[in-house]
Formats: sequence, C-alpha cells, structure tokens
Amino acid sequence: MTYSWNWGVLLQEPYLQWLGWGLALTLAISLSALVIALSVGTAVGVLRSSDHAVLRAVTGAYISVFRNIPLLLQMFLWFFVVPELLPAGAGHWLKRDLPYPEIVTAIVALGLFTSSRIAVQVSAGIDAVPRGQRMAAKAAGLSQLQAYRLVLLPQALRIIIPPLTSEILTIFKNSSVALTIGVYELTTQTQQIQSITYQGFEAFTAATILYVAIAMTVTVIMRAIERRVALPGTTSGGLHVRF
Amino acid sequence: MTSHEMIKVEGLSKSFGPLEVLKECSLTVRRGEVVVICGPSGSGKSTLVKCINGIEEFERGQVWIEGEALPSRGRAAARLRARVGMVFQHFELYPHLTVLENICLAPVHVLKRPRTEAAAKARALLARVGLADKEAAYPAQLSGGQQQRIAIVRALAMDPVAMLFDEPTSALDPEMIGEVLAVMLELARDGMTMIVVTHEMGFAKSAADRVVFMDKGAIVEIDETQAFFAAPRSDRARLFLSRILAH
Amino acid sequence: MSASDLAPITNSLPFLLQGLGLSVLLTAIAMVGGIVLGLVIALVRLTRVPVLAPFAALYVNGFRAVPLILVIFWFYFLVPLLLGRSVGALYSVLIAFVMFEGAYYSEIMRAGLQSVRVGQWQAAKALGLGYLQTVRLIALPQALRNMAPLMVTQGVILFQDTALVYVVSLHDFMTSVSIVANNTSSPVEMYVFAALVYLAICQVGNALAGRLKRASRTA
Repeated sequence: MTYSWNWGVLLQEPYLQWLGWGLALTLAISLSALVIALSVGTAVGVLRSSDHAVLRAVTGAYISVFRNIPLLLQMFLWFFVVPELLPAGAGHWLKRDLPYPEIVTAIVALGLFTSSRIAVQVSAGIDAVPRGQRMAAKAAGLSQLQAYRLVLLPQALRIIIPPLTSEILTIFKNSSVALTIGVYELTTQTQQIQSITYQGFEAFTAATILYVAIAMTVTVIMRAIERRVALPGTTSGGLHVRF
Repeated sequence: MTSHEMIKVEGLSKSFGPLEVLKECSLTVRRGEVVVICGPSGSGKSTLVKCINGIEEFERGQVWIEGEALPSRGRAAARLRARVGMVFQHFELYPHLTVLENICLAPVHVLKRPRTEAAAKARALLARVGLADKEAAYPAQLSGGQQQRIAIVRALAMDPVAMLFDEPTSALDPEMIGEVLAVMLELARDGMTMIVVTHEMGFAKSAADRVVFMDKGAIVEIDETQAFFAAPRSDRARLFLSRILAH
Repeated sequence: MSASDLAPITNSLPFLLQGLGLSVLLTAIAMVGGIVLGLVIALVRLTRVPVLAPFAALYVNGFRAVPLILVIFWFYFLVPLLLGRSVGALYSVLIAFVMFEGAYYSEIMRAGLQSVRVGQWQAAKALGLGYLQTVRLIALPQALRNMAPLMVTQGVILFQDTALVYVVSLHDFMTSVSIVANNTSSPVEMYVFAALVYLAICQVGNALAGRLKRASRTA
C-alpha cells in the first residue's frame, strides 16, 4: 500500500472551512428535522393509540408509507415528484422561489421519515402504560385530551426514552442522505475534499470523528434527561416495560 | 325516584363477545348507605362497579346518580363521573406525580379549583389519614397501604357524593390491610355513601348496611347485613360464605 | 395512469429487474454475512475475551455512530488501496455492508443471548457442557425465537439501505430507476413506481416479522 499522508490538508483553506460548513449544515438539518419528527410523530402516535377505528387505519397507513420507502427515494419524491403533482402555481413556487430548496426538502423528508418511527414508539409507549391508569383518569372525570396530556403521555415518554435516543442518533446519521439531492452537509464535504485532494484517509477520518462526537454528545444529553425525569424510588425511570 | 336514592342501577347487562359478564343487574343505594358486594371471583363484581361510574361501557340498562341518568360518553358523562369517587385494586396512583400532585390533579383540571385551594384541601385530607409528611413523596417510595390511603384521599379531594371501592385491599400485604380498612370504616361512620367490592367479611359485618351477593354475572341476593351472615337465602351464597369464613 | 405513462417502466423492465436483483442480492449477502459476523462479535463481547472484547465494543459503537454513506465511501476508497488494484464498486460495497450490518446484528444477538435465563446456563454447566456447546445447543435455539422478528425487521431496514449504493453508481434498483427517470424525463412515473415496489416488498418483510413475533409469544 502506497499512500502519502498529509494530515495538514484538513487545516488548509478552503478545506477547513468546508468541514465547518458541512458540520453546521448537518446539525441544522438534523435538529430541524428532529422538531418535525417529534411533533408529527407524537401526534400520529397518540391518534394511533386511540380506539377509533378510522383514526387507527389512517395513522397505520401513514406509518406504513413513511417507514417502508427508502429515505433516499423519499427525498427524490419530495424534490422531483411533489412539485409536479401540485397545482401549477404552488409547484412553480417550490421550484423557483423557495429559498434553499434542497435543504428545505431534506429537512421535510428526513423529519417525516423519522416521524413514522417515532409514532410507532409513542403508541407502543402509550400501550405500555397500565390500563388502570386510563381508568383512573377517566374515573376522575378527566377528558380524553387531559388524560393524554396529564397522565398517559408523561409516562409513555419516560418509557420510550431509550429507543427514542437511538432514533435521534439515527436522524443525525440519516441527514447524510441529503447528499443525494445536492446538500453540502458533512459527508458531502469530506467526499469533495477526498475527490479533489485524494487525501481520503484524512478527510473520512475527520468526518468519522465529527459523527462520533455528535453521537457521544447526543447520548450524554439523553442520559442527563433520563436521569432528570427518572422517578424517585424506582430504577430505570420507574416504568419497567419490555417491548 | 326519591331524593334519598343516591345510586340506582336498573337492568344492567354487558357481554364480552358471547360471554355475558353482567345479567340484568339492578340495585338501589340510599344516601349514606354502605353496601358491600361479594361473590366468587369472576362473578362480575368489579365490572358492575366500573359500570356504575361508566368507566366500563355496557350494552343495556341505565345508571342514575342522584337522579341524573349517566350518559354513555362525552363531557356530561365525565362531569357526572367526577362526582363519584373510585378506589382501585392496584391503587392506580399516577407514578410520575408526587402525592400532592396526584391529589390535586383532578380538582385543578376538572373542577377548575385554584391550585392553592386544592393543595390546602389535599393537605387537610392527608393529615386525616396520617400521611401529612408524605406530600412530596412519589408513589414508588410508599408502601402499598400508604398508596391506597392516598388513593382514597385523591378520590375524596373531589368532594364525591359517593365512593366506589373495587377490592381495595386484595393487592395489599396482610399487615397493611388494617390501616386501609380503618380509613374506610371512618368514612362509613361519617356518613359517606359507599359501594365496596371486597372479600373482607369483617369489614362487611362492621360497616355494611346491606350485602349484595353476586355469582356468574347476576345479583343472586341482596340482604340486610345481619340477615346475610346469619342465614343467606341462596345455596350459592351459603357455600360461598362457608368457604370464605373457613380461613 | 394511462398506458403511455407506463411506457418508461415497461420499456426498461429487464434493466429495472436486473437492478432489483442486485438489491436483493446485496440484502441477502449483507444479512447472512452480518448475522455470522454479528454472532462472533456478540460472543467475543459476552465472554469478555481479553483484548478482543474491548476492540469488539469499539467496532460496534464506531460503526453505529457513523452514517452508512460514509462507511460506503470509506470502503470504496480503502479496498482498492489495501489490495493495490481496483476491484470495482461491488466488492467494496459488499464488504462495507457486511461490516456495517455485523455491528447492528451483533447487538440483536447479544440482547437475544442475554435474554436466556441464567438458570438455563447454569443447568447446562451442571450437565458438563462447555460454553460454546451451551451457546449452540441451549442458548441460541431459545434466543432465536426472540431474535428472529428483530432480525427480519433489520433486514427490511437493510433492504431500504441498499438504495444508498446510488452514491457509488452501482446499478441497484434505486439507481436503475433514477437512470431511466433521467433518460426518459419521467421522474413522476418512475419514482412513484419505485416507491410502490419498495413499499410492497417491505410490507412482506414486516408481515413476516409480525408472524414471527406472534409465534415467539405463543411458543
């Protein structure tokens, strides 16, 4: 194996700047998508857990569609297909006037893709709350909405913190798929550096270290949250449930 | 219906698929009366009390609370349910809330009472059951007996017109049963209308005005307490009593 | 959709089927390779083999922290460099997928083996069985019931992930679809068609996982 090392390339301009921008874009896309994924996912998960047959069917179809089509293809669908299917005016606006269309597309696609997975976890978490809790809330005269907000969701969300952590880690990794629609996020930038300088080792090592750092940060934050919301007098957040 | 009738159940029937769990059950409970429901397991006792405040749905029959018919669902049903307190076999305290938050949840969110007022009332009730020092504890930090006493307080904080107890001591260790029964006895003495599903025949003898005996989803007999224990009318009740009093 | 809308699909059907074949092949090899590698890694970690066990942990956590696309790029760049000659994208991608899936499958196997009750291990030990015999004869057969649905679910995710070989222009189903979409200027028809194909295949996988899950509960 012949390879000429040059770690200095990472500190040269413009490559250092490329890495910085790539990292910033990866964080921005992932965090924005996370907001969409958590809010849509929780809403869909709650509706999925209701005993209303139509709601269950609709949310089931939603989850099925967003879970079973590759993320890469979902990005293509939002980018190339949706603007064509919309009324002319809206499609035109998406293609011409929307600022940073590829970034917005990546955020929406990644957010909705992940929302289906979070919805599954939320509804499993609600199902894992003992049935008696629903009854106690009902017996006290709470409305359905109050029962979810005050009794069921606070318990369900605690139960799903571990699987939710891995979903959040995945969202950062999956943001790299935005590369395929031309977003210059972290993976794209390192691939660019490699193809220009041929210093693949250095470029990919930099990206690897940054992704590992992101993963470690997310893990530390989620552990802190888990400890913070853990219920006194119990182990593992107090609500031991196996999926 | 006269004003001294607190709870009235008429022709209540419910089935799970082909299985009839309640058959034409009728019962009237007067204001201030304590009624104990007993019977072998699977006889429909728990289902009956859960239908009385509508947390279980039923196909046929009607329930009235203070003369007001219980609607099957919706806001009106929730409002009426809030007037009847319920104590569960497994306590069902909310594990993510402190004792005080558990007690104040429904008064604040259902009755829209100010938080300070709800908290003051909660503290007074906690003191009455001897748990004033536990208001900041979480359910998992308490014994079963303490949790069940708090569950009773949680129900009382809503100023209920009647209380339903669904086997309140059967999930407790033997040494904790007494402390819960003591609270229930005091409530009975204070004139609370109570329907209690229990196997504790000692409690029935000392607190109940009448005893309802159920078997296979039907009410077999309703007697004055003394008469029930002296000479139950049905063979099934006699058999049940001889078995349960044997231990 | 009218018949003319379907023309790009029907005209290039052999090409698309070839792509689908590669996707399935990639999935199959990565799944089998990943399960074998995952079992080895799981055993190394569970038995706490000195030196190797921390290394295995690093391997698993490292692969699970980085995006698959980056792993594909790594191997696409590394494999020819290590071999000293170019071997084509397919081999790099196969190695990348097996190594990557090995990390994920090892976690499924580890949890599965750990779920076998301690008493079962002790009983086997009392009968004089060695560790690997216990794994093969006692633990794995029991753990398999719990692991099978998760392994299939991971396979469904893996099948979707094979679409990522698009980034090294390997002609899997996704890449073939995009080539036809570009050549015939029919992105709407082609991508919707591809979505339906993926949806159908993944649903079959999910249904299988669901059946295995029910079977493991009743067993």
